[in-house]
Amino acid sequence: MYDRISNKKDLIRQLKEQLLSMEGFSSGSVSRRLDFGLGPMNAAFPGGTFPIGSIHELVSPTEADAAAANGFLAGLLSTLMGQSGICLWISVGRKLFPPALKFFGIEPHRVIFVDVKLKKDGLWVMEQALKCTALSAVVAELREVSFAESRRLQLAVEDSRVTGFLHRIRPVSQATLACVSRWKISPQPSHSNGLPGVGFSRVQVELEKIRNGRPGSWQFEWRKGRFLFVPAKRPAALTAESAKNNLDSNKASTKMKAG
Amino acid sequence: MPKRYLYIWFPYLPIERMSKKHPELHGKPFLLYAPERGRMVVRAVSPALVKEGIRPGMVVADVRAIFPGLEVIPAEPEADAQLLNKLAEWCFRFSPIVAVDPPDGLVLDISGCPHLWGGELPYLEAIVERLQKGGYAARAAIADTIGAAWAVARFCRELLIEPGRQEEALLQLPPVALRLDEPTLQRLDKLGFRKISQLTAIPPGNLRRRLGDALLFRLGQALGTERELLKPIQPTPVYLERLPCLEPIRTAKGIEIALERLLAMLCTRLSSESKGMRSGILKGYRLDGETVQISIGTNRASRNAAHLFKLFELKIPELEPALGIELFTLEATLVEEVTEAQEALWSLGCNNQTVIAELLDTIAGKVGLQCIRRYLPQESYWPEHSVKEVGSLDSQPETEWRTDRPRPMHLLPRPEPIEVMVVLPDYPPMHFRYKGELIHLVRADGPERIEQEWWLQHGPPRDYYRVEDDTGARYWIFRLGLYGNGKPQWFLHGYFV
Repeated sequence: MYDRISNKKDLIRQLKEQLLSMEGFSSGSVSRRLDFGLGPMNAAFPGGTFPIGSIHELVSPTEADAAAANGFLAGLLSTLMGQSGICLWISVGRKLFPPALKFFGIEPHRVIFVDVKLKKDGLWVMEQALKCTALSAVVAELREVSFAESRRLQLAVEDSRVTGFLHRIRPVSQATLACVSRWKISPQPSHSNGLPGVGFSRVQVELEKIRNGRPGSWQFEWRKGRFLFVPAKRPAALTAESAKNNLDSNKASTKMKAG
Repeated sequence: MPKRYLYIWFPYLPIERMSKKHPELHGKPFLLYAPERGRMVVRAVSPALVKEGIRPGMVVADVRAIFPGLEVIPAEPEADAQLLNKLAEWCFRFSPIVAVDPPDGLVLDISGCPHLWGGELPYLEAIVERLQKGGYAARAAIADTIGAAWAVARFCRELLIEPGRQEEALLQLPPVALRLDEPTLQRLDKLGFRKISQLTAIPPGNLRRRLGDALLFRLGQALGTERELLKPIQPTPVYLERLPCLEPIRTAKGIEIALERLLAMLCTRLSSESKGMRSGILKGYRLDGETVQISIGTNRASRNAAHLFKLFELKIPELEPALGIELFTLEATLVEEVTEAQEALWSLGCNNQTVIAELLDTIAGKVGLQCIRRYLPQESYWPEHSVKEVGSLDSQPETEWRTDRPRPMHLLPRPEPIEVMVVLPDYPPMHFRYKGELIHLVRADGPERIEQEWWLQHGPPRDYYRVEDDTGARYWIFRLGLYGNGKPQWFLHGYFV
């Protein structure tokens, strides 16, 4: 009452958190507030932290994008799994090479792979796994997922608070799913500061959709076991519209290059 | 109570096993051989050949000279030993104490058993008859000592030696009936001992001086003055529960109730013996005489009834009750020790591991156990061999995961051929064409040469390059072979982040 302005701010913050928890986001208690090292990207997330206990969607139109997305995903998983977590990796036609996970701070033997033949089985396994609170995270590499299927998965995590990732590789349809976010990760030319050879892995992370957050585009490098934000010339966090414009112009420029 | 022993001798056990395995051999003359000091030596011969004078211990080449075109088959002593063990387990129906006497005999301690069959003679006949029905020729003998029964089964016409009469029966037999080793037998033969009675006529002191302790010991065992211990085989415990139903069960709910009861019974027993189930079968005996069954397997031995029920529940729709199931049996076909200490070994948040193991069981029940994989590092530079699959959840890596060489995030299941343009030999390519698409390369690292592991496979080495194209995509490509001898081939093997 004495300091009305700060009280108001507190109140609004509290109300925002309440709203988020009602919408199925984790309340972000101190123990679960993990630092993924994403730096300025955190501002884009609701509550300023990467949403745990929900389903994230990653879309990779090409094979090279899929590798980059899995690399970024591995970086996130290493934080999620911590020292002793166990992760389930479901895929149809898996290409992931387990030793590569070690480069991203994950002990590959702590990942259990489930290689299924049918998408239907993959979704069933994922739903079962998402209900298992002992797992740190569940990743599913599938091609197509329908809205109804994704909603079922989202419902499964709302009780268990397990984080799920749906990685759609070379999808045919662009249907919207009931996931909190949609990511698109593509590899970027590396910078080696004038030295010969390939530099640190650099990826363009596009957050195309995030519920209660601000979509945008960032560049990260994986260096010394953590993400390093690479400031771009253009503003990092963009409004949805300008992001779209930017995307279109990007596409146009690549087309021109190709032409 | 005086002891009585029964000895069963199978004169043709390997032969009978082989002719059961290959029915076309049945009744035909053939022999089994095994290598010994660089020669092929006869191990067993079929009855027809015994009449022709062929004996085990002869050289196969000699036999072939006599009978050209004779069927000769390599012997399988391990399978024979297994069969003998099986027969021993089968003999539990006649006596609780059964021992194996390799390679071709069984010893039963039958003290107090024969009266159940109405005396020793009907007992003996029952055993031999049932074995013969099963296709095994057997000679069985009963005596007060194991040694006497052994000798009588092999060398005597009389098969039933009355209590205390073994000495009379033995005296007329040759010394070979005393289970002696070959050198002693040869020396006895040289010295002119043809019957055991000739040996007993000599004072034991003289015998010991000339022929050693073993002879007197064996003689004592056969006559009953020396003790002989039996090493009985242990019956494998059967974890089986039965649930007969008053009314035939026809509904899924009914089956569930039956399963719950059976699991409760079995799990109580398993936990009292600190065991857990690895695989189980639920069988339903139907009214029409058919049997239906479902089986499950678990990743870790489990005695958690609720978890096992969940595994079976997934498969209940496969059970067809038809007219109704009148009897359910639940058997744990594979049982392993589960101790509290072992459960504590799961260092990583112990309880979580059990939950995860149970989740994996559920998954394995739906999509199959072969779909679940875990990898451990293997000490090999060859990329395809650098990981090994493991089945169990417990196994921990023996070596570190290596990060000193770049390895791609995605590895293609098999390297895909690409067309490249290379400026100089040993240089990374300028561009390559993969699936019709031309990819211009801007940066490259390498080469990393990986030689073939000569103890596994032969071929040219691979030179790996890590390359980046103008859009930023990073690839792992390699050249198989060297420029200079032939045209080396290029392959795409993976994608980096």
